Amino acid sequence: MSVDNLSSTDTSFGKAKPSAVQSRRAKKIVPFCLTFIICFATWFVLSGRFDFFHIALGIIACTIVASLSGSILISRRGLENLPGQWLGFILYIPWLLYQVLLANIHVMYLVFHPRMIELIDPRIISFKSKLKKPMSLFIFANSITLTPGTITVFVSITGEYTVHVIDEKSGNSLPGEMEERVARLMGE
Amino acid sequence: METFFLYAAIYLCLIMLLSLYRAVFGPTVLDRMIGVNAIGSKTTALLIMIGIIYQRVEMFVDIALAYACLNFIAVLAASRFFQKRKGLYDESH
Amino acid sequence: MTLVAAIFIVLGLFFFTGGSIGILRFPDFFSRLHPAGKLDSMGLLMTLAGMALYTARDLSLPAILTALKILLIVVFVFITSPTATHAILDAGVRAGLGPWTAPKKKGTR
Repeated sequence: MSVDNLSSTDTSFGKAKPSAVQSRRAKKIVPFCLTFIICFATWFVLSGRFDFFHIALGIIACTIVASLSGSILISRRGLENLPGQWLGFILYIPWLLYQVLLANIHVMYLVFHPRMIELIDPRIISFKSKLKKPMSLFIFANSITLTPGTITVFVSITGEYTVHVIDEKSGNSLPGEMEERVARLMGE
Repeated sequence: METFFLYAAIYLCLIMLLSLYRAVFGPTVLDRMIGVNAIGSKTTALLIMIGIIYQRVEMFVDIALAYACLNFIAVLAASRFFQKRKGLYDESH
Repeated sequence: MTLVAAIFIVLGLFFFTGGSIGILRFPDFFSRLHPAGKLDSMGLLMTLAGMALYTARDLSLPAILTALKILLIVVFVFITSPTATHAILDAGVRAGLGPWTAPKKKGTR
């Protein structure tokens, strides 16, 4: 509802002064509400008491936190495709967990192998990724680190990754399916 | 079931001794940090097991959450401190 | 439900064992980070999921809230563990430690 309102006032930005002020206020209110909802859900789960006093305390604290730091958690630029991103993120997590489980079993095999020294071949490789947005670079780097056998050493803002791999097999599959999924998730 | 959790907690403590070896005899400072980090993540699980054994899970969960935060911040601070070659040398010879 | 929780916890303890033995056995700290950072977080996921199942077994509201808190710890660890691993690795790279490469040179570390 408010997202539609925001994009309709966005076109008339600069023509009339009151509408510009109004649109800036509208741009502030959506991150505030989202931050407030997230903070209050966390408060609700963490406190675990539902009488009036604790809920009132939670509302006061969440209002202060959301008004101070609403623009940090949710940036105003990527507001339009936010629900799609969250849906994609929820779909991405089970696949990532499955990959983490497979790769964990591989590292367990390496750990308990008696001739482990001959099997591993640590090296540092680097490759260029086609991802552009900082958030997708961050998600891709953390996914690489969570998948055992590979650790991100360095990421540049232009998408050059330096990765430490522990053996040949886990390094071969690197800029593959995971990058495709992250690109599809962030809408690139 | 409480007996099972008791034995699991004892087993976790024995595993922590293995990580403690790396934390005490590690060749470099970073090896010690890896050992301390591993002990910290096992302690997070151990605290909740203690909570189940004493049947006060809702109290021990908060302690475990705070411990996970502290573990993360300690590793970040220590690695920022040691990154400029301060004390980073091979101690094995 | 209790049996499923017990199976989860035993699997998690198995992953923890692998992580600790991996920390002991691997030759240098670059490769020690592989079991340390990730087998441990996987073991934490398994054990905490098992204990959340065990806590929420009687389906009352405070028990479910406590189980949600335990899952919050899992989410927190899965966000912060790659960052901590990367911080240690970055410190090592900036200090100029090279990775252990050749299996033929045994003495270098």
